[in-house]
Amino acid sequence: MTFPLFAEVFLKGILTGLVYGLMALGLSVIFGVVRVVNFAHGEFAVLAMYAAFVLFGLYKVDPIIASVPVAFAFFLIGYGLQRTIVQPFVTRPQHEQFILLVGLALVLVNAMLMVFGPESRQVDLPYSLDTWMIGPLMIDKVRVYGALAALVVTAALFAFFRFTLTGTAIRAAADNLVGAAVVGLDVKKLYALSFGVGLACVGAAGSIMTALTDMTPMLAPSYTLLAFTIVIVGGLGSMAGALGGGLLIGAAEAVASAAISPSMKSMVSFGLLVIVLALRPQGLFGKAES
Amino acid sequence: MTHTTIDRRRLMTGAAALSAGAIAAPSIVRAQAKKLKIAVMLPRSGFFAQAGQSCHRGALASPKVLADLGYNVELVHIDTETNADVARTQAEKAINEGARCIVGAFESGQTLAIAQVCEQRQVPLSINVAAAPNITEQGYKYLVRNFPTGGQLVTNGVKLIDAVTKAKGLDVKTAVFLHANDTFGTAQRGAMDKIFPTLNMPFKLVESISYDPKAQDLSVEVTKLRSINPDLLMIVTRAGDAIKLTRDMVRQKFEPKAIFSPGSPGLYDEEFYQAVGPYADFFFYNLPWANPKSQMTQALEASFKAANPNNRFAVDSFNAGFTFEALLVAADAFKRAGAEDGPTLMKAIRETSIKDHVMTGGPIAFNEKGDNPNIGAVSVQNINRTPTVVFPKDVAVTDPVLPMPSWQGRK
Repeated sequence: MTFPLFAEVFLKGILTGLVYGLMALGLSVIFGVVRVVNFAHGEFAVLAMYAAFVLFGLYKVDPIIASVPVAFAFFLIGYGLQRTIVQPFVTRPQHEQFILLVGLALVLVNAMLMVFGPESRQVDLPYSLDTWMIGPLMIDKVRVYGALAALVVTAALFAFFRFTLTGTAIRAAADNLVGAAVVGLDVKKLYALSFGVGLACVGAAGSIMTALTDMTPMLAPSYTLLAFTIVIVGGLGSMAGALGGGLLIGAAEAVASAAISPSMKSMVSFGLLVIVLALRPQGLFGKAES
Repeated sequence: MTHTTIDRRRLMTGAAALSAGAIAAPSIVRAQAKKLKIAVMLPRSGFFAQAGQSCHRGALASPKVLADLGYNVELVHIDTETNADVARTQAEKAINEGARCIVGAFESGQTLAIAQVCEQRQVPLSINVAAAPNITEQGYKYLVRNFPTGGQLVTNGVKLIDAVTKAKGLDVKTAVFLHANDTFGTAQRGAMDKIFPTLNMPFKLVESISYDPKAQDLSVEVTKLRSINPDLLMIVTRAGDAIKLTRDMVRQKFEPKAIFSPGSPGLYDEEFYQAVGPYADFFFYNLPWANPKSQMTQALEASFKAANPNNRFAVDSFNAGFTFEALLVAADAFKRAGAEDGPTLMKAIRETSIKDHVMTGGPIAFNEKGDNPNIGAVSVQNINRTPTVVFPKDVAVTDPVLPMPSWQGRK
């Protein structure tokens, strides 16, 4: 593999990885605080893609811009979902949570199939097929815009958790649930906010993905699997881990595609997963449980 | 209470009536057999729904054409749900409910499941589309296949690439084979690896690249293609990945002299035309195709328009054409045999020789394995978002466009 080929595919992998990272961030936030694994994560991502697709069809809103209203709508959905359906399952055994969210995933996929059909859909943006030449490297504009948008959303999320009272309270609940309750924090509300923030991440990521790739309801399970791979490699519950995992998986898959075979890229990401689980079960950025 | 006694006169009358009935029975049987009940089994839902629906539209258009040709059939439409188990169960059910022949089933796995039932029940199976070679290599007596195997598709497809490029004076020295890593794509790769070295092509196959058709995009694959920069790209795709591939080729301005599919779907799906618009043009696919100069094709096209006013025959003609021909094989055999029992009907199907038909190639006839060796491939090119037969000249409706025009400036 020549250096320009390596550099180009590596850069593309990093750019795609940023969007992957944002999507996985939602899963990590939800698990980190609520301790519920969202098995309908990919389904929500695809639902967000269709939301952006509809906004583009009706009002010609660029999906990258649409990530703001879609994220807000998904925050509300997440908040409502946690308060009504998920909350009663928070203290129940994990297998019951699993059944609940897998059931929700099935409902979402089949609803999307009924409404949008099985055909792949896409949006044609004026810059969809444009590229920049940087020396010998050819970089897609849409991928750069998507990565920048993902970076902005991620930075806003980090700022929210670092600099706002609500963010600090959520982090406190994630670190020590009993302590948070003892000092008077409304844990149920924080759970709902966290679920909302998690789904807002998925909403933003899904909307951005609409600009990058085609959508079909059947994509959803592969997105769920992808998000799981990323957060396990990065560290379940770690925000930095989700982002780092996204970048690592994005870059590794891209380089493996070029260096070995495109068919092998899933093998590479799952190979990484196995290695991380074997050598560092808490993930690259995760904390070992004491 | 009444008592009925049987006297000699009554007994004679009854005996006479029974005799008359017995004598009349064959004619009653013959009257029942004036119409052949065929179960058309297709994957109209599930993974292969799009192709299954395309075949189904052909089946809907067929009865009118067959009736005009003097054939009398009754079709029962069955959805196999892209599931071999469903296909097997539905085949049993269809036979129990009176189907005397089965046509289907677009995909090899489901076709094999139906073939097993047909073999047990001695009901003929006329295959419309299924390329796996092993279907006709298991010694089944109750099936015929009027469709090429994967190997035949590749052989004919690659030979035609050479013929078309030579006819247009295009200098091709290097080629890359890019294929989906699904069942069909992998089988085509196997056939390509085996057959290409034996064909003595004037161009060199420098690399074969497989990809996951479910990938988000094919950006890295196209970057790799750009770094190799072949004269010719050979692809095996389905519609979804053909769309992604085209987008990334346009984005990265990858412009080989020609892009050929040596026998695969994807490039002539309505979904592909809708998604990439003018960039769908000038792709080639070398396949058996509905012969635009055949009168029977023209009749099928007219019936297709009436039966499916929202669909284009040009786009469906591969699936619809082969489905029609599978029905034609059954209907023609039934007419010659004059009977619907399995062994008699199958014997007649094996003796099929239909000179005038829809798809390109020689007469429909079957060898000892049940394959039709006379199926001929042609080069079809997308022109104005319509599949257009461009080679060879005897069936072409226009000249091939080569080298492929640039992506830039297309409308």
